[in-house]
Amino acid sequence: MENKTIDPKQIKGWGVDADPKNDPTYPMRHRMNVTEDPDSKARPTLQPEDTELLQSIERPNVSAVFGTTSPPVGLSGMIRRFAFKYSENRYRHWLPLIVADRVNVVEGIVEDLAHGKLPNIWAEKGYDMEWKYNRTAFVTKMATIAAVTAGVVVLLTQKDKPSRRKLNYRFPPNR
Amino acid sequence: MLAMDYRGPKRVRAVQKPMPEIKHPQDAIVRVTRTCICGSDLHLYNGNVPDTRVGTTFGHEFVGVVEEVGPEVTKVKVGDHVIVPFNIACGECHFCKQGMFGNCQESNTMASAVGSIYGYSHTAGGFDGGQAEYARVPYANVGPTIIPPGMDHDDAVLLTDVVPTGYQAAEMAGIQTGDTVVVFGAGPIGIMAARCAWLFGAGRVIIIDQEDYRLEFARNYSYCEAYNFNEMNDPVVFIKKITDFMGADVCIDAVGAEAAGNAMQTITGRKLLLQAGSATALHWAINSVKKGGVVSIVGVYGPTDNLVPIGNVLNKGLTIRGNQTSVKRLLPRLIEHVQNGTLNPKGLITHRLPLEEVADGYRMFSAKLDNCIKTVMIPPSAKM
Repeated sequence: MENKTIDPKQIKGWGVDADPKNDPTYPMRHRMNVTEDPDSKARPTLQPEDTELLQSIERPNVSAVFGTTSPPVGLSGMIRRFAFKYSENRYRHWLPLIVADRVNVVEGIVEDLAHGKLPNIWAEKGYDMEWKYNRTAFVTKMATIAAVTAGVVVLLTQKDKPSRRKLNYRFPPNR
Repeated sequence: MLAMDYRGPKRVRAVQKPMPEIKHPQDAIVRVTRTCICGSDLHLYNGNVPDTRVGTTFGHEFVGVVEEVGPEVTKVKVGDHVIVPFNIACGECHFCKQGMFGNCQESNTMASAVGSIYGYSHTAGGFDGGQAEYARVPYANVGPTIIPPGMDHDDAVLLTDVVPTGYQAAEMAGIQTGDTVVVFGAGPIGIMAARCAWLFGAGRVIIIDQEDYRLEFARNYSYCEAYNFNEMNDPVVFIKKITDFMGADVCIDAVGAEAAGNAMQTITGRKLLLQAGSATALHWAINSVKKGGVVSIVGVYGPTDNLVPIGNVLNKGLTIRGNQTSVKRLLPRLIEHVQNGTLNPKGLITHRLPLEEVADGYRMFSAKLDNCIKTVMIPPSAKM
């Protein structure tokens, strides 16, 4: 079925209850709709595109200015390029970006090491402040993490022994 | 130049980076004299905002001195001391013309819902921020506002976000004379929202948080009642009881994605990232406000979904208003308020650090150590 273009003013009752004071919107200086804006399509001078940009498919164009920091690179960059095939309306856009962020963290550590720099995790996490102002809770937290980690390691390294016993039980050696 | 460098969740450092360059004829380069860590920076710091890339410099609250301008810049000149609003706005698009400088159509290629914000992930434009010695400031004819003579840069830096956002929270709430206003969150924004609620004629202002030191600060700074939600069985019932079971006229969510207070929200929103952050404060706001009341949202959430009782929004006939703050629209009025002593922004500052200690600053603010309310960082080149 084809949609027809109509002049709304021809519709009986159009605008008879319009009340400009009934405005629940965000406070604006001068509220107007697009048809009241004579140059709604006017654009500022455009920034030259000299870096790889990922563009939302919900936009008609690259914005007149854009950030040039950290263009997409490596595996995280590939994931980000995939994500930008989908709109902001889709989890296929946002979830890959979160994955890419985590991959990017590993890439960052590799990059540091490749430049001969060992990341100072203690300093980067600001643990000096925890040590200075929150020592008891910080030590408790670290001890808990260490204990849980040790427990998991012990559990994993002992994993084979019970299953071997079980195997022996079900399939006893020849007698 | 020295700049903050994001390395991953809860990992940042100060490193040497290349100087920013003029990339567009309306750009300026600003030498930063003061820069803050904002509560919303913690969403980035904790790795909760999608497309936050390693190597990015955060920081959307900064002031400084114009060092260089592009050929089309006419409104500021080299040597001017400027407030830099946290939004990047062209001033010419359909939205900027309406005063919606937080919703500019010509500054963010990577997303359509949000305008561009300095140092706030590629989802918000991919610009480096002001936690650095120098920053690129696009559309320098629009955003940067001259710091009035005699205004302290400590006051000015809080006019880039904290004061306008707190003010807009109260403005969007449509407060009527005598209204009871409940603010969730006693961070810098919540404290400022509570303070600004009085400017709109509130009759009673209540702030809810779980940090006693922040509640005490809010009592003194914002002249409001302050309550710790950990001392209540149910914050919504508490608010109903103290409002004769009617609910507050207005509730303000000044927390956003990092909210505590509800285990299910915390686990699904903050730990597992199954929601766009923990929506506990918004949930409480919707359920605490009276029928026909207004919920004003300035707390920041991610771009996906949140679990909130939307059925109650319908059943109670609520109005929900929210937006990124239109700093430029509000600045003239707020500068007046600061100059005539109505507002005292720098009274929020509890800690000053050199930029070199950015990692300590983030940890201190994030973990609420040493009774931290607001941290200001001073770059080494910030000679006044």
